[in-house]
Amino acid sequence: MAEKKTKAISELTWRDMRFGNVFTEPGSAVRYKTGDWRSQRPVVDREKCNKCGLCWLYCPDGAITPLDDGYYEPDLYFCKGCGICPQVCPKKAITMIEEEEK
Amino acid sequence: MSKRIALEGSFAAAEAARMADVDVIAAYPITPQTHIIERLADYVANGELKASYIPVESEHSAMSACYGASAAGARTFTATASQGFFLMHEVLHWVSAMRQPVIMAVCNRAVAPPANIWGDYSDAMTARDTGWIQLFAVNNQEVFDFVLSSFRIGEDPRVLLPVMVHLDGFTLSHVVEPVILPEQEEVNRFLPPYQHPYAIDPDNPMSYSMVMGPGIYAEIKKAQDVTLRESKEIILQAWKEFGDIFGRYYSPIESYKTEGAKTLLMSTGCLSETAKVAIDRKRDKGEDVGLIILHLWRPFPFEELYQAIKDAETLVVFDRCISLGGPGGPIISEVKSALFDKRKDIKFAGLIGGLCGRNLSVEQFEDALDKGREIAEKGSEEVFETIGIRE
Repeated sequence: MAEKKTKAISELTWRDMRFGNVFTEPGSAVRYKTGDWRSQRPVVDREKCNKCGLCWLYCPDGAITPLDDGYYEPDLYFCKGCGICPQVCPKKAITMIEEEEK
Repeated sequence: MSKRIALEGSFAAAEAARMADVDVIAAYPITPQTHIIERLADYVANGELKASYIPVESEHSAMSACYGASAAGARTFTATASQGFFLMHEVLHWVSAMRQPVIMAVCNRAVAPPANIWGDYSDAMTARDTGWIQLFAVNNQEVFDFVLSSFRIGEDPRVLLPVMVHLDGFTLSHVVEPVILPEQEEVNRFLPPYQHPYAIDPDNPMSYSMVMGPGIYAEIKKAQDVTLRESKEIILQAWKEFGDIFGRYYSPIESYKTEGAKTLLMSTGCLSETAKVAIDRKRDKGEDVGLIILHLWRPFPFEELYQAIKDAETLVVFDRCISLGGPGGPIISEVKSALFDKRKDIKFAGLIGGLCGRNLSVEQFEDALDKGREIAEKGSEEVFETIGIRE
């Protein structure tokens, strides 16, 4: 049984896996960081955004977060950089920039 | 009081499952396994056994249903043979890696083609690396005793692994022998109620068998391997307690007339009793021969093997399965490998016989021992020799 709360996969030894491949805590995948798969990240231009929410609707990973002020922001802990959100944005308010760029 | 009655091997297996009070049986009929599951279907239908009987559409489904039932915390039993065994092969791995103590009787039968229904171990040997505990029964009493003890072994919280009990197709499954059946009270003393620590439960959701990559697979497999190896100690404990309750003691390797024997025959399954008679005759003639019988195939009983052969000079290994294009029969390959570092001095001879139910007589075993000694001393051009083959 994996000690999920404290250890990353790279820290688990075979002794942690004595009961194979069962996860007793449902929904624990929210702790799985997929943001480090990304080579490009989406950047939202609030001047162009009309808060339509299509980016939030189309994001395959649920990584676009609706904010209290009505705008939307990508959650970079999960965003894999797939590039769908700029494609579906009717206002061209989202652009993908290289991760190397700051 | 226990009672001694006449039972064919199939019914002995079914009686053991009934007395273990299994919760779920999922099975698909195939010769020579049918009598086992027909008998259990009778018991469920007439109310003697309170269990769910799932008549599935294939062996793949049978083992899948067993996997699900076991994961839900049910004591689960099935049986199959040969082609059906192959069809469920994928699921055998799921059940063992997901630590489900499904118990299965396998009525060993040769592989087609040619289409056949008769016994040998070419089905069993394909499952060598599936991670199941595997036992080979020599007679119908052992069929009953091994099936019953399998529940105790597999369900032990330190083990939680599935167990196959191999019984020879027809020569055990359909042959009537005297079998001692215990009292239910004795069975209940031996076999505690089953409780899976991670039984699936809608009120306590869990994820079973997530996708796992190169970063953790090796760790999971090592844990599985260590668990299977360590299960041998629990098997020994369970068989000790079995003997204390029922009066019959079992060991991973049974030694028969091995005192002072320089040449040992190694055998598996029902033909071991024929081999015993051959050993008796040779002993009567003053020959220093003995027999060792492999009961536990996985986990492989290394220590017991070293002990059993420690005074021997020649080991004649009888395989009832051909390993096509391989280094001999499956058992001699493993035995040689196990002894490579320990006993470089021992001489081996590999014999194959009894394929697809071909009869082997006592005389043929006597001749095989002579031939084996000759091969061991002089060597052979062949990787193995087949008893009684027409050249």
